[in-house]
Amino acid sequence: MHLVSDNDRVVSVDELNTSRLLRHASKQAEMRKFDEMMIVDVDAHHYEAENFKDIIPFMENDVYRQLSLAQIAKSGRGVVNTTNFGFQDIGGRVTRYPLRASERTPPEKMRDIEIGERWMDAMSVDYSCLFPTGMLNIGMHPSKEMEVELCWAYNRWVTEKALPESQGRMYSMLCLPFSNPAACLKHVETFGHRKGVGGFMITTVRDDMPVYDDAYMKVYRAIEERGLALSFHSGFNWGKSGVFQSCNRFIAAHALGFSFYNILHLTNWVVNGMGERFPKLPVIWIEAGLAWVPFLMQRLDHEFMIRSSETPLLKKKPSDYMRDMYYSTQPMEIQDMDALETTFRMINAETQLLYSSDYPHWDFDLPSTISDLPFLSERAKHNILGGNAARLFNLPPRNEKQRENLIKYGNLAADAAE
Amino acid sequence: MPEIFICKKSELQDGERKIVAVGEDEVGVFLHQGRYYAYSNFCLHQGGPACEGLIIAKTQELLNEDRTSQGLSFSKDQTNFVCPWHGYEYDIKTGECDSDRRLKLRSYQVVEKSSDIYVVS
Repeated sequence: MHLVSDNDRVVSVDELNTSRLLRHASKQAEMRKFDEMMIVDVDAHHYEAENFKDIIPFMENDVYRQLSLAQIAKSGRGVVNTTNFGFQDIGGRVTRYPLRASERTPPEKMRDIEIGERWMDAMSVDYSCLFPTGMLNIGMHPSKEMEVELCWAYNRWVTEKALPESQGRMYSMLCLPFSNPAACLKHVETFGHRKGVGGFMITTVRDDMPVYDDAYMKVYRAIEERGLALSFHSGFNWGKSGVFQSCNRFIAAHALGFSFYNILHLTNWVVNGMGERFPKLPVIWIEAGLAWVPFLMQRLDHEFMIRSSETPLLKKKPSDYMRDMYYSTQPMEIQDMDALETTFRMINAETQLLYSSDYPHWDFDLPSTISDLPFLSERAKHNILGGNAARLFNLPPRNEKQRENLIKYGNLAADAAE
Repeated sequence: MPEIFICKKSELQDGERKIVAVGEDEVGVFLHQGRYYAYSNFCLHQGGPACEGLIIAKTQELLNEDRTSQGLSFSKDQTNFVCPWHGYEYDIKTGECDSDRRLKLRSYQVVEKSSDIYVVS
């Protein structure tokens, strides 16, 4: 196979095989005995648009189902969702993007699950939380009816078709149609009890997203009552938002966008006292890295000391509420080890940080990004790589050594033997 | 110093590379503009197969005298090979990371003997 390079250069490469591509990750896992440690990846992805022919039939509305089926029949891959322009593959430098279609999988198994298990096995990941990719842009869809229909169809497909094929190794936090609070509640009530559902996810790439609106209180309460998690998954928005239209390079829109949206919505979440209203609701902020968290803690605490009259529900500093919440690791900024250590201290990483790979996206992180940090205790490594998530999502160990380690560090929440 | 056979010269064309095991290491051997270069195949970032991805000219942005940009273009002087995991780029002539030249892949000496090429481990 050939990749597009500069000018007339022809670069020959093998077809994609995820296990072969990640063989160095397997070597790392073997050297570090990762099989003895439960590893949970709270943020991994697949490309749901490649499954739209199977997903769209789950739409409830006859008209939108017909519109969508006609659309994907015309285009082949489907353009029923809003798209987000970007250069994630860096001009083909991240080869799994242009080569994805070349990977061979057995016809008897769902392709996305087969590929998912290949990278999970290579990294020694025991469980992964599966998220869509394109549907992270669902908040920008101009048709709110389509937002509801697509979320419903995807959530039925993923819980009824995809997750069951993973034999319990994949779970999900299901995408909510946040533009419609009543539909969100229906999603929670319908899907909240299903196997493989660890919670619900709100994609934060939205121009107008009042997380504090009274219309959502029933939704948050329903999630909290079920003992599930609420996650906010960030993203970028290059070209559809006035804020980032001044970015001429993708690096700028991407680097800023992921942090920006989580900063925006977490701020509204905290200053409106959501931590006081739903103290038992685990809230997770996903895929914005970590460097923004200390910044925001200091910024909000500084203003809170002066303007507490605007935040009467708060009984402690904003940073204290932020330390009650959870954060996923990736894309972890490992550039200044002292700064990273400070960040871990400020967010109580030992109990609040959850490893995530974001695979197969271009800036994925391996478990070794956590296990190799020189300032972490063994307890912190075990907790962050899987123990915290094991408690949060009631995930059982997959072997006896993992069970021993979960007990050792107080993380055994579920046991396969029970 | 043991020499590890790579391949016949005829099996590696200019612009191509071969990946071979050298002890515990994997080595990428490149033939670029008539010269051989060999580097460890473990990326200095997260350990990806650094030598197995795209080979592409360095992207540059030249400025005019008045500091306005001439736009993006491909360098005619520098070629990089790119780790396929995340896109770390390395100068094919030095093994230095293009984003931070203090980072450098372990390099290996390549020797030619009649019609064969070897790396010195």
